[in-house]
Amino acid sequence: MIPAAFEYARASSVEEASKLLNKYGEDAKVLAGGHSLIPLMRLRLAQPTALVDINGIKELDHIKEDGNKLRIGALTRHVTIQSSSVVKGKLPLLAEVAGEVGDNQVRNMGTMGGVIAHADAAGDYPTLALMLDADIVTNQRTIPAHDFFKDLFTTALGPDEIVTEVVFPVANGPHKYVKFRRRLFDWAIVGVAAQKMNGGWRIGLTNVGVTPVRANAVEEALKKGAKPEEAAEHASDGLDPAGDLRASPEYKKHLARVLTKRAIQQAQGT
Amino acid sequence: MAVSQLVGARVKRREDPRLVTGHGHFTDDFTRVGVAHVAFVRSPHPHALIKKIEVTEASKADGVVAVYTARDFKGQLAGTLPALPVFVAVKKYVPEHFPIAEREACYQGEIVAVVVAETKAQAADGANMVDVDYEPLPAVINVEKAAQPNSDKVHIDAADNICWDLPFAGNEVSEAAFKSAEVVVKERIHQQRLTPTPMETRGVLADYEAYDKRLTMWMSTQNPHFIRLFVSGAMGLQESLVRVISADVGGGFGSKISPYPEDYLVPAVSRLLGRPVKWIESRTESVQNAYAGRGQYYDVEVAAKKDGTLLGMRVTQYLDVGAYCAPFSAFQTVACLMAGGAYKWQGISSRTVGVLTNKVPTDPYRGAGRPEATHLVERMVDLVAREIGMDPVAIRRKNFIQPKDFPFTQNFGLVVDSGDYEKTLNRALELAGYDQLRKQQVEGRKHGKYMGIGLSTWIELCGFGPSSATAPATGGIALSEAAQVRVMPTGSVIVYTGTHAHGQGHETTFSQIVADTLGVPMESVDLRHGDTGEGTAMGYGTAGSRSLSVGGVAISRASGKVVDKARKLAAHILEAAEEDVVFDQGKFHVKGSPDKSKTFGEVAFAAYGAGLPEGMEQGLEAVAYFDPPNLVWPFGAHVCVVEVDPETGAVEIQKYVAVDDCGNIINPTIVEGQIHGGVTQGIGQALFEEMIYDEESGQLKTGTLIDYSVPTANEIPNLITDNTVTPSPTNELGVKGIGEAGTIAASAAVINAISDALTPLGIKHVDMPASPNRLWAQIKEARK
Repeated sequence: MIPAAFEYARASSVEEASKLLNKYGEDAKVLAGGHSLIPLMRLRLAQPTALVDINGIKELDHIKEDGNKLRIGALTRHVTIQSSSVVKGKLPLLAEVAGEVGDNQVRNMGTMGGVIAHADAAGDYPTLALMLDADIVTNQRTIPAHDFFKDLFTTALGPDEIVTEVVFPVANGPHKYVKFRRRLFDWAIVGVAAQKMNGGWRIGLTNVGVTPVRANAVEEALKKGAKPEEAAEHASDGLDPAGDLRASPEYKKHLARVLTKRAIQQAQGT
Repeated sequence: MAVSQLVGARVKRREDPRLVTGHGHFTDDFTRVGVAHVAFVRSPHPHALIKKIEVTEASKADGVVAVYTARDFKGQLAGTLPALPVFVAVKKYVPEHFPIAEREACYQGEIVAVVVAETKAQAADGANMVDVDYEPLPAVINVEKAAQPNSDKVHIDAADNICWDLPFAGNEVSEAAFKSAEVVVKERIHQQRLTPTPMETRGVLADYEAYDKRLTMWMSTQNPHFIRLFVSGAMGLQESLVRVISADVGGGFGSKISPYPEDYLVPAVSRLLGRPVKWIESRTESVQNAYAGRGQYYDVEVAAKKDGTLLGMRVTQYLDVGAYCAPFSAFQTVACLMAGGAYKWQGISSRTVGVLTNKVPTDPYRGAGRPEATHLVERMVDLVAREIGMDPVAIRRKNFIQPKDFPFTQNFGLVVDSGDYEKTLNRALELAGYDQLRKQQVEGRKHGKYMGIGLSTWIELCGFGPSSATAPATGGIALSEAAQVRVMPTGSVIVYTGTHAHGQGHETTFSQIVADTLGVPMESVDLRHGDTGEGTAMGYGTAGSRSLSVGGVAISRASGKVVDKARKLAAHILEAAEEDVVFDQGKFHVKGSPDKSKTFGEVAFAAYGAGLPEGMEQGLEAVAYFDPPNLVWPFGAHVCVVEVDPETGAVEIQKYVAVDDCGNIINPTIVEGQIHGGVTQGIGQALFEEMIYDEESGQLKTGTLIDYSVPTANEIPNLITDNTVTPSPTNELGVKGIGEAGTIAASAAVINAISDALTPLGIKHVDMPASPNRLWAQIKEARK
């Protein structure tokens, strides 16, 4: 299929990108890796009037240590995150998750900022951002992750607002991401991330709601000394996932529990 | 005859350097000066009346050259798409299928208008501007419901939705078997709808030249000569003035056998417009509108004795025909004739019911009828074994048709040419380490491991003709095969075959045969196919694993005719009697004096010169048609080992062994490649793939390759393959087909393994695809 006609402009700075977005109005879209946007355009499910290409903005492609923070530029590709020695040392869970995104083609093009801004419920990074209390930095402000993901494909971003950076805490203790899917490059049917930090556990769930979910009840149970398999029983507390072609709501809730148990147990082994 | 050097050797595929470096020539690689582009407006509804089509806005759009609706094609295209007349005597209702809908759209994606524009993008935009006023009608989706007399109708004017209802053998045939039965097992076995997903989608470039009434079409098809026959007939053109060119074809899997509506509409548009026009199918169109595979369910009963002797079977096939009877749809009923598999039976009753639904038609898909037959018989044999507590290996051994029984006339009168089923089974069990696996299974079950071992001792019929069987079934087309071998004066050779390749490697295999027969290097043989403007008058394409056992034999025979003439000429040059001339290693010499010789090339040069024997014409070329006396019957044994995760329902294939017998092997690498691809598609059906339609709205929910899960190399285990060799007595090469074997075998092996794994839970049968969600739900239910 061929996308509907659209304007195209390449920005060389964040300021220019913001101006271009203002110029083209709210039906304009930012083009980063394009691996979600372009398929939607080809199916004409998305028909943006203009694309503002940010791939030329070099300063958005970075991985920086900043004290006890790890700053990932919005244009940083999955493959860069996956293979970065800094990420592997400071937040190995993020490197692991990056290596589980899509296939090689997707990882060579897809970006941190693109996944965060697209806010697909099955996206992997939003789960990490939420559970680790990351900050989403834009050209206008800094938004805590728990205020960022609003609904299915819906974020707190304004029309001319561009994600520039995602700031994660450093955490290199026990961790695991268990991504359950039928084919290696598929989106998660359900994913569960576990990270030990500051003496407690952080547990995040992918694709069990319209936004990523932090499994607070599991974290609480673990804090009170529950065994992983006991705590994991709380993973589906409060969940009301929609069924899809691959999983019924009941199955997703079941997977949330099973995978939470496995994620914690496997993390303990790391 | 030269000593065989190439036949049987691991010759690397000659076509691969071109194909893997992107230098192949697929349909979209061709264009014409002044070409316009076609986009189709398709019904978004599975069933609707077309009240009005408003084209004014689209006609005025940038770059749009023309917009056509059904009425424009009435004088251009005669009649309906063809359908096999095999069921004429019993057919109940075969709906007319004009390539473009006028008043009623009967499946999602059916063409209702055609937009032609200067660019592909303008055509797509124009198609979006055509405003069709539909009155949606109830969509008939579920096959079981569609077969009920009170169902809504797929076509508003139809009396019912039964396309055909045909018993091959009535219940009386199996009555004695069921009366003497000690055990009867029953099951309903589903074959979900699959979309073929060839890497290259379809496409047509058509150029009609009005002065000469000449049409050239470039397209992606498995049988260009059939397309020429059908399209020339529908357009009222002389067959000899229609040329169909199909260069490299990126996969077909059966979906490029039959003509499609677009194959008629695109050339008709070229004639209407007086311009070359092109249409390349999008992936979305392909997933939605390529003739689908399978889409069947079977109600099966098997009667047996407690000692494992199989007695009788009763099987009814319900086949989801879709909205129209696709040209080769009826072939899929061969499943009913093959339901007995590799075993001896007192009696088999079978019946097929073709049911219309508001979905894209089904048509042959890799294996077509034979994977379904294998799946059902291999499942049922396992169910009997489970019921009587017998090992699945033992029950197979007990009931196999034995080597001494061949040629074996099976229950439906088909003659199985050869086989040694136990030999391949033994080899497969050895490679799998069967006895050890069973021990591991017992041990593992003590620790909550759900490991299972599945067998599939499959057989197949393939290699169509013979003409006596195929011509009546197709309305007069024999399905023999043609070959032409032409030797140039300097000894290089062009070979034309009426088969075609869409991944099979014919350029390699067939060249091996010719090079050996003529005693020339393989490099000097050029194999050509896929162009009706060259070579033989007719060809029958590539389908049903027929190319080698029919086309290859024709090539061998044409090559033999060339050698015969060359021998006569060599005898003349060597001044010897023809019977004293020996042809060895590419040289002719007089018996007893090998130093006095002429090479094949020297004789070829002489054939175009002076001083030929009395009555011999110049030239060195020959044509042969081969009409096989029977079908060929490959077979094999596959062993699949799985572990099911009882918590998630996920299946891991731990081992997969395939031992197959396709008679003599021309090229072991190509045989292995076919098995790898075939098994992958079988695993795809067993675990991953399914076209899912919303039963209410009739919308296809798996319309993209994100939702329709074709497995990749990541999901397929390393395969352990081997062959036994039981030469076919049906042809002098001793060969059988191998293109579909892996697919025919694999789904049964995988599902048998999963069913075996879940035995401790009391689960006997699982449906396809055995997705994690489905298995989890089944396990949960079993544990209640």
